[in-house]
Amino acid sequence: MLKRTSSVARVKNGLPLKAKWRRDWQMVLLMIPGVVFLLVFFYLPVIGNVVAFQDFQPYLGIMHSEWNGLQNFVNLYANPDFWDALRNTLLLAAVQLLLFFPVPIGLALIVDSLVSNRFRRWFQTIAYLPHFLSWVLVVTLFQQSLGGAGFINNLLRQAGLDPIPFMTNPDTFPLLVVAQLIWKDAGWAMIIFLAALTTVDVSLYEAAAADGAGRWRRLWHITLPALRTVIVLLLILRIGDILSVGFEQFILQRDSVGPGAAEVLDTFTYYAGVVGGDWSSGAAAGLAKVVVGALLLWGANSLAHRLGEPGIFQRRS
Amino acid sequence: MRPVWKENPSPGYQAIKALILGGFALVIVVPILVVISTSLASDKDIIDAGGYVLWPSHPTVKAYQTLFSGGLMGRAILVSVFVTIVGTAIALAVTIALAYATSRPVLFGRPVLLMVLFTLLFAPGIIPMFLVVKQLGLLDSLWSLILPGALGAFNFVVLRTFFMNVPGELLESARIDGASDFTILRRIIMPLSKAVIAVVGLFYAVGFWNAFFNALLYLNDTSKWPVQVILRTYVLQGKSLSADQLGVHPPPQPQSLQMAVVVVALVPIAMVYPFLQRHFTKGVITGAVKG
Repeated sequence: MLKRTSSVARVKNGLPLKAKWRRDWQMVLLMIPGVVFLLVFFYLPVIGNVVAFQDFQPYLGIMHSEWNGLQNFVNLYANPDFWDALRNTLLLAAVQLLLFFPVPIGLALIVDSLVSNRFRRWFQTIAYLPHFLSWVLVVTLFQQSLGGAGFINNLLRQAGLDPIPFMTNPDTFPLLVVAQLIWKDAGWAMIIFLAALTTVDVSLYEAAAADGAGRWRRLWHITLPALRTVIVLLLILRIGDILSVGFEQFILQRDSVGPGAAEVLDTFTYYAGVVGGDWSSGAAAGLAKVVVGALLLWGANSLAHRLGEPGIFQRRS
Repeated sequence: MRPVWKENPSPGYQAIKALILGGFALVIVVPILVVISTSLASDKDIIDAGGYVLWPSHPTVKAYQTLFSGGLMGRAILVSVFVTIVGTAIALAVTIALAYATSRPVLFGRPVLLMVLFTLLFAPGIIPMFLVVKQLGLLDSLWSLILPGALGAFNFVVLRTFFMNVPGELLESARIDGASDFTILRRIIMPLSKAVIAVVGLFYAVGFWNAFFNALLYLNDTSKWPVQVILRTYVLQGKSLSADQLGVHPPPQPQSLQMAVVVVALVPIAMVYPFLQRHFTKGVITGAVKG
C-alpha cells in the first residue's frame, strides 16, 4: 500500500519512476486528453506565431515559407493603420479602466449596505443576468434601444426632436463601449467584491460606531481597506488583459462606427490577416500585442509587490 | 435585522440607493422586455406604436411560426444545439479528468498543472489558431466550434479546487478496499461534486451557445451558421430575411421577425439562468477564486 499524503513526501519522491508509474498510470491516462488539447490548441499555435517572422504563403505552409527576420515588424511600424489600432486599443482600455472599474465596487458597497435581504436578492438576480448574454445579443439590444431606428430615437422623433446617433458617432464610441460593458458585466463583477465584504469582521464596525465614526468614516477606514487586496488583484488582471479589450464587441461594431474609431489590435489582426490575406502582418500585430500585454501584467504585478500587496503571482519565499 | 450600531436609515440615503439600484435594474430589464413584447406583437400593434411595442395588445406567435417554417432558423438552432450539447459533454469529460488527475500529488501532476495555468496568461493569437484549425482540416466543420473550446482554464481551476477539498482519507480508504483511480473518480469524486460539475457544465454550455467569433472565423458555409451569426447578420447588420428564406407569403413585419430572432438567442440562457444563479451565489465560484 503506497501512501500519497504529503507527510511522506520524501518517501514518495524516493520511489523509482517505474513504481510511480505502476501506482499512477491511471491518473496519467486521465491527463492525456487534456494534455493533447493543450498541445494542439494552445502550445502548437503559440509556436505557430513564428509566421510573424516569415513571408508566410498559405500554399507553401510554415515549413516552406521564407524567413524574413523582422521585416513584418518594420512594415507594421510604417503602417498608419497599425498605429491607429494601437492608439484606439490603449484609449479604449484606459477609458474602460477609469470608467468601468469603479462601478462594480460602488454597486457592491450599496448592495452590501442594504438591510433588506429580499431587495438585495432581487437586485442581484437582475444584475447578474446580462453577463450570460452573448456580445452579439448585447450589441443588438443596444442597437434596438439606441440605434437610428431604435426605440429611444423613435420616442425622440415622436416628440419632434432630432434623433441622436448614439451607435454610429465615432467621437462618443469609447463611451458607448463602456456603457455596454457596464450593462453586461458590472453586476457580475460585483460578486467578488460582495464576497470580500462578507469577510469583514462586523465587530470592527461596531467598535468604530461606538467610538463615534459615522457611515462615511467607517467606509473609509474599515470597508475600503478590507477591499484593498481584491481591488489591487483585479486591477492587475485587468491591466494584463487591457490589450484584449472586448474583441467581439469591436468586430460587431466596426462596420457601423468605422475602423477609425473601432479598429483595435485584435480586429486589425483579423482584417489584415484572415480577411486581407496578409498573414504575417496579422501575426506580427498579434505577437506585438501579447508581448506588450505580458510586460504590462508584469509591471503592474511588480508595482503591487512594491506597495506590499500579494498581487497575482505570489513571490516564493 | 438592522444591527444596533447602524444609524437609522435617513430617507435621503435610502432614496439615492433605491434610485441607483432601481435605475440600473430597469436599464437591464426594459430593453429585454421591449424585445420580447415586440416579437409577440401583431403587425397592427407595431404600426400603431411606430416600431417598438411595450405591451402587445394583440399578442401573436406569427413571427415565430414564420421563422421556424423556413429552413434558415431551424437549421441554425440545430447547429447551435448540437455544438452546445456535444461541446459541453466533451469539455466536461476532458476537464473533469484533467482536474482530478492534477488534484492529487501524482506522477507528472505538477508539470501538467503548470501547463494549464500558463494558458491563463495569454491567448496564442488569432492567426496561428486559424492556421492550426486549417491544418487539421476543421475549416467549415462544426468541430472547429467545439474542439478549440474543450478546456477552459477557469473552469479547470474551479473543479480542481473543489476536488482538492475532498478529504484524502476518503480516497485512501477506498483504495484500501481495492478501488482504482477510475473507480474513485466515478464512484466518489463525481457524486460528491455533482453541484459544482453542473455549474461548470452550464458555464461551458453558455459559452458554446454564445460563441460567435469562432463561427465567423472558421465557417464560410452559411448552412452551418449557428444562431449567434444569424442574429448578427439578419438583425444587427439588418440583412433582410426575405420571403424565400422564410417560406411564408406575405411575411409579418420585419420588426417582429427580427425581435423573434433575438428572443431565440435569449431563451436558452434565460432557461438555465435560475439554476446558475442559485448555485453561484452559494459561493462555488468565488470560493474557487479565493483559493
